[in-house]
Amino acid sequence: MANKVIYAVYEDPELLKDGARKLVSNGIKVKDVFSPFPVHGIDPIIGITRTRLGIAAFMFGITGTCLALLGIWYFNIFDWPMNIGGKPSQALYKNLPAFIPVTFEFTVLCAAHGMSITYLIRNKTLPGMPARNPDPRTTDDKFIIEVRTHENHGHSAEAITDLLRTTQVFEINERQY
Amino acid sequence: MHSEAAIREPLILGHKTYHDITNDIVGPIENKAPRGWYILITISALIAAYGTGCILYLISKGIGVWGLNKTVDWAWDITNFVWWVGIGHAGTLISAVLLLFRQKWRMAINRSAEAMTIFAVIMAATFPGIHMGRIWMGYWVLPLPNQFGSLWVNFNSPLLWDVFAISTYFSVSLVFWYIGLIPDFATIRDKVTKPGMKKVYGLLSFGWTGNAKAWTRFEEVSLVLAGIATPLVFSVHSVVSMDFATSIIPGWHTTIFPPYFVSGAVFSGFAMVQTLLLVLRKVMHMEAYITKKHVEYMNIVIIVTGSIVGVAYITELFISWYSGVEYESYAFINRATGPYWWAYWSMMTCNVISPQLFWSKKLRTNLAFTFFMSIIVNIGMWCWP
Repeated sequence: MANKVIYAVYEDPELLKDGARKLVSNGIKVKDVFSPFPVHGIDPIIGITRTRLGIAAFMFGITGTCLALLGIWYFNIFDWPMNIGGKPSQALYKNLPAFIPVTFEFTVLCAAHGMSITYLIRNKTLPGMPARNPDPRTTDDKFIIEVRTHENHGHSAEAITDLLRTTQVFEINERQY
Repeated sequence: MHSEAAIREPLILGHKTYHDITNDIVGPIENKAPRGWYILITISALIAAYGTGCILYLISKGIGVWGLNKTVDWAWDITNFVWWVGIGHAGTLISAVLLLFRQKWRMAINRSAEAMTIFAVIMAATFPGIHMGRIWMGYWVLPLPNQFGSLWVNFNSPLLWDVFAISTYFSVSLVFWYIGLIPDFATIRDKVTKPGMKKVYGLLSFGWTGNAKAWTRFEEVSLVLAGIATPLVFSVHSVVSMDFATSIIPGWHTTIFPPYFVSGAVFSGFAMVQTLLLVLRKVMHMEAYITKKHVEYMNIVIIVTGSIVGVAYITELFISWYSGVEYESYAFINRATGPYWWAYWSMMTCNVISPQLFWSKKLRTNLAFTFFMSIIVNIGMWCWP
């Protein structure tokens, strides 16, 4: 039997969620969901785990803090300590209040850019990447559930389609792959 | 499926479907721009060309053309710099702070306000740049190894804090804006039919698919960026204010400056958003998306921040007297009655008194009056630095 991909097209995020719930409760694995805007509450239904991008941002931020402090220490304390306007550069801890603004800005810079670059790489959204959404309407007004038959051995394509028809689906498309 | 709250006015008028919204928003890109757009872009291009000419004249002649005759002072450029940085704050406030407060109405205006922020920060950075006189030496503000041994920049100086604050603010705003734009570009990519446009928007959209995991990551990135852009935006104008506050010039050497500058920034920024969006709304026919409700909400922000600025002005006056420092007192009396009295009193009228008119619901929902007031506030805020 050829492997099939079934796309169930919905017109509303709530109807899509009802459809996804019905599939999952019948033991069918949902491959993915495509939508023009975030469908809140879909993640636990189709088993998407929480992203760790927040942790990545924290790591990048801490790296920024360390780099900023190291740089400032090297430039202004170690390599060439200046005394401008009666404000001598004596030691990192003594001048720390004056070094906080730059340290803070550099922390934000590293956290924001590090996280954004990680996000683009993880999502495979990079310059020159081709569009991979199954239907151009998913960036307009349609919400699509993707089910693959080879991931659902106990269920035939017909059984899955019949089950989908009991939900408020707008249309069902099938493709061989 | 269309649902509306019983007690709240809708944020999008006219019972639009998702498809209608896509058509309305992508319409101006797909089709020929309206005539008003050509008129406005011509006016803007002429002003920009004139400004570029002035900058070239300034660079070729030197900063004396401003009437600047001493090396320790600034001139117009510091006023322009502070004014433009302030304008930029509204975009970040709308996109970051209002996201954290879950204010859904920001959605209609956040992208355009962020775009305004980016251009405002570019404008702001132009003025310290051209103030250097020899703009090609601009890289001296960065801690780079150089030909003078290793003479590094001074990290104790607020001017250097500003270099880091403004450049971080610019690049983070740009990233925040673009990350949000990627799904929008994907919508345009899938909607347009002309092959050239499809290619351009295909490139700009980075192959966005809009699958569930991508949206989860998108929301996390937006939230974290909003979380770090919020202290960033407060830090930027605080640092700008420290350029003044850490000096020992009477009238500037005060601890009230950071919160006072930040609220002033939000105040002027929202006024600029009103100026631009009210024009855009009319010319691009976005009346269903930028509604009276949006304008009213922004006017409420203007009342709040304008009142904070008013309290700060009065506090400054009080402290100059209460401190007993004669130089402080003189600085303020001279401001109000000296040769620049007109600037002081126009600032007080435009920034403190006029925003209070928005307490009237009739006035704050009147679009023509709001447009007029947004210009008044911007004039007042320019007189301020």
